[in-house]
Amino acid sequence: MTAILVPVAALAASLALFGAFVALIGVSPLDVYQLMYTGAFGSWFSWQNTLTRAAPLILTALCTALPAQLGLVVIGGEGALVLGALAAAATGLALEGAPAPVVVPAMGLAAMAAGALLIGGAGALRHGRGVNETISSLLLSYIAIAVLNHMVEGPLKDPASLNKPSTAPLADDYTIGTLPGMDVHWGLVVGVVCALAAWVLMRRTTFGFAARMVGGNPRAARMAGLPVGRLLIVTTALAGAMAGLAGMVEVAAVHGRANASLVAGYGSTGILVAFLARQNPLAVIPVAILFGGIGASGGLLQRRLGLPDASVLVLQGIIFVTLLASEGLHGRVRLPRLAKQPQEA
Amino acid sequence: MDETSPGWWGVPLAVLAGAIRVSTPFLFVSLGECLTEKSGRINLGLEGTLVMGAMSGYAVAYGTGSPWLGVLVAGLAGTGFGILHAAVCSLERVNDIAVGIALMLLGTGLAFFLGKPYIQPQAPQLPSIDFGWWSTSQQVRSALQVNALFLIGAVLAPLLVWGLRNTRWGMVLRIVGESAEAARAMGYPVNRVRLFATAAGGFLAGVGGSFLSLHYPGSWNERLSSGQGITAVALVIFARWDPVLCFWASLLFGGAGALGPALQAVGVTQGYYLFNAAPYVLTLAIMIATSSARHRLAGAPAELSVTR
Amino acid sequence: MVDRLRLSRRSVLKTVTAAGGLSALGAGLPWTPALAKDLVIGFVYVGPRDDFGYNQAHAEGAAAVKLMPGVKVLEEEKVPETVDVEKTMESMINLDGASLLFPTSFGYFDPHVLKEAKKHKGLAFLHCGGLWTKGKHPDNVGSYFGYIDEAQYLSGIVAGYASKTKKLGFVAAKPIPQVLRNINSFTLGARSVDPSITTAVIFTGDWSMPVKEAEATNSLIAQGVDVVTCHVDSPKVIVETAEKRGIYVTGYHANQAKLAPNGYLTGAEWNWAKVYTDYVKMVQGGIKPPNLVRGGLKEGIVKTSPYGAAVSDKARNHADDVKGQFMAGSFVVYKGPLKDNKGNIVIAAGTEHGQTDIALESMNWLVEGVVGSIA
Repeated sequence: MTAILVPVAALAASLALFGAFVALIGVSPLDVYQLMYTGAFGSWFSWQNTLTRAAPLILTALCTALPAQLGLVVIGGEGALVLGALAAAATGLALEGAPAPVVVPAMGLAAMAAGALLIGGAGALRHGRGVNETISSLLLSYIAIAVLNHMVEGPLKDPASLNKPSTAPLADDYTIGTLPGMDVHWGLVVGVVCALAAWVLMRRTTFGFAARMVGGNPRAARMAGLPVGRLLIVTTALAGAMAGLAGMVEVAAVHGRANASLVAGYGSTGILVAFLARQNPLAVIPVAILFGGIGASGGLLQRRLGLPDASVLVLQGIIFVTLLASEGLHGRVRLPRLAKQPQEA
Repeated sequence: MDETSPGWWGVPLAVLAGAIRVSTPFLFVSLGECLTEKSGRINLGLEGTLVMGAMSGYAVAYGTGSPWLGVLVAGLAGTGFGILHAAVCSLERVNDIAVGIALMLLGTGLAFFLGKPYIQPQAPQLPSIDFGWWSTSQQVRSALQVNALFLIGAVLAPLLVWGLRNTRWGMVLRIVGESAEAARAMGYPVNRVRLFATAAGGFLAGVGGSFLSLHYPGSWNERLSSGQGITAVALVIFARWDPVLCFWASLLFGGAGALGPALQAVGVTQGYYLFNAAPYVLTLAIMIATSSARHRLAGAPAELSVTR
Repeated sequence: MVDRLRLSRRSVLKTVTAAGGLSALGAGLPWTPALAKDLVIGFVYVGPRDDFGYNQAHAEGAAAVKLMPGVKVLEEEKVPETVDVEKTMESMINLDGASLLFPTSFGYFDPHVLKEAKKHKGLAFLHCGGLWTKGKHPDNVGSYFGYIDEAQYLSGIVAGYASKTKKLGFVAAKPIPQVLRNINSFTLGARSVDPSITTAVIFTGDWSMPVKEAEATNSLIAQGVDVVTCHVDSPKVIVETAEKRGIYVTGYHANQAKLAPNGYLTGAEWNWAKVYTDYVKMVQGGIKPPNLVRGGLKEGIVKTSPYGAAVSDKARNHADDVKGQFMAGSFVVYKGPLKDNKGNIVIAAGTEHGQTDIALESMNWLVEGVVGSIA
């Protein structure tokens, strides 16, 4: 019960703090709350807007939430997303002419492989060389973005893309459309299915049990004969695969090609979603929708109240800090323990 | 080759000049982070602190006409963020890395939000000191236009090394960083020491930010930092928690950032994205080369979560 | 409610202005419900609208539209080129009743603007920079752009006279046709003054990278360059760096003269107010806006900054003479024989590409005299 109550209380406190902040510059907090509700959940249109924005966040949040079960903090989701997107686009173009039921899954697999390679790489470095995964995943993410830019403006550039350097566009039947009856693309379903699968894996299988044991106490896990290294590498690779898949969805459902617009900050927002969801893969779904809603209402705050675009960042920052503080203030609640425990000798 | 064109010789010169120009924010953030990490805590939020320092320093310099007052306020803003980090981290079960990420977000968000009115105006800038008066070459002279903050940083680095080794404060800090339990047993207030270390680290990072907006490139806008704060945190690991090595590593990173443009200026325009990513590759390579799965990094404070 | 809010916003504006801020937080007026007959117009910017550059030029155009009767202007800044821009436009349509949209970043066009135009057939989407093609793109989409390279050619002439080292510098974001055309026109303008002039180009890799831009400017100066210009979203840092180092600079996007009182020679500026007010008048008058609008100095879509004090009479006369020919529509920048900087003939002798020639919009070469290459 407290597992839900504490974040909800933290959220309420954050909204109050944000209200006080906007009141300081002369904007009515009540107007802000009302517009946020209108923009995020006030109508069928707003719901669709929110859900569309939530779709990539579910997958990038899993990129942080899965390794967290082992006590790792991975922040390279952005890089895994863009690398996955690049791999998906390259696959779609390489297989051009083949039937869509073959190509679309192939694009997904390629994207997952690329993401897995990146974040799994960070996991392997952690296990093999003791390199901190937080810093290495971030550096790898920067490098991945540079690779994306280099490829879409160099070897993979479509000469016809002119002023927006991109890969060639994917054939129409390799793109994925919207869900029946609504204006939200299939990426949402992909995200929800992955989150459910991640939850089942971590909470209902021996693999997940072992992984969480490593997260709880690596030394004990090793003494119990658990394959710590394998668990670590497989979990980080899976995490990267999730973000890579998000990249494939972006390419196939939104952009239709790979280019620099893919670097849109979904990776960093995903970190936030994962923490607010307390690293629970299932809770990632509602939290991603909440953040989709914050994004969806940001425009309305700009247009109607003249608040700067950065309002969304401020609110997100306040939520994050308040949430972390609430974890500490509330004694009985425990997060998966992150990186604070001694490493095996 | 005519006298106005140094040609290929201009590349090392531009890299050296660039190293001096670009390195200062790296230097201040890494020195600050070094202090914080020596106390056994990591503050990833210094990116947000840097941006906040850049904005507040610029705003104050513009409002008061005094760039040095801007530097001071930037430092104080950084101190505020450092205290917030330390306060949240001192609670039970709170992960310092997570708090850092949260403050990165909050710092940049607040700076962007409050900084809107200052994108346009021009604030007074910090002066440079001319060390190149002896040279007849215009290029050499401009390369040796050195900002006072760079010099302060350069002096601060060995001073910190000395202080950490030889003062009571430095020893307490290191004891807390090596073993919180031992420090408690010896009667030192672990959380308060860490609070001071993080606040001081925040101050330095804020000052580093003011260099960006008040000297080089000398303007406030939302893309000003582009990840320099977070790179500087990685740089501390690279520099083995040694302030003097932080100084050299900052110069190296600054120079690496200047290499791309310098090569392009002489006509090498291929692959600039990859050149621009060079510092990240370098850091990663050095981390891989020097880490070990068996024992923690040499020089690493034992309490530090990232090195375990 | 709304009135009270407006008051409070004004008082904020006033305090901030008193503190010296040029534009207050967001600078947006509070929302007032549109009257039924008002034409609701949405402007979407990719960056901050007070950037002294690309976005500010558009926001100045939007400000001119705001002064027109019977319109209500919505603005949103820093909207990424992702599903965000689609949803922003939909939100303006669904929640605020916008019927005319100006997505102002090139990257919005394909696929985002095209998707939205297909979804909302009755509304007009006028996009900056794209190349609307009949039969390929929806009929309710229009694209507009200006031949700003005409102004860059004039900047090149002025720079050619001002340079003593005969080395010019160009700080550019990405090697895309719009940018290459500016680099080439600038260089051709300068070389019409003195064929020994060269332009060194540095690509920073992205539209806004202040540290890289400053570093690029310094590197160019280290190589002996004494006039720089640029094509990035916000030229502020480049103009300020040039001024600090005591070299000349020509501006881009908007007028940056006050950032460099000594070194600012002239600049290539947009005049979007003209384009936007024309469009709005058409829509208000019940006329369907044309799908493709292009124009340069003659059509008033681009303009040049007033000459700075450092511009010699000779330079003024030469540039004014060519400007007159542009205004008369008789000047052709791209005429053969023209070589690229690798020695290949790119435009054969006797061939002329007038400004309206679509072929120029897919330029992928650097003209002879440019130091640098396209990745």
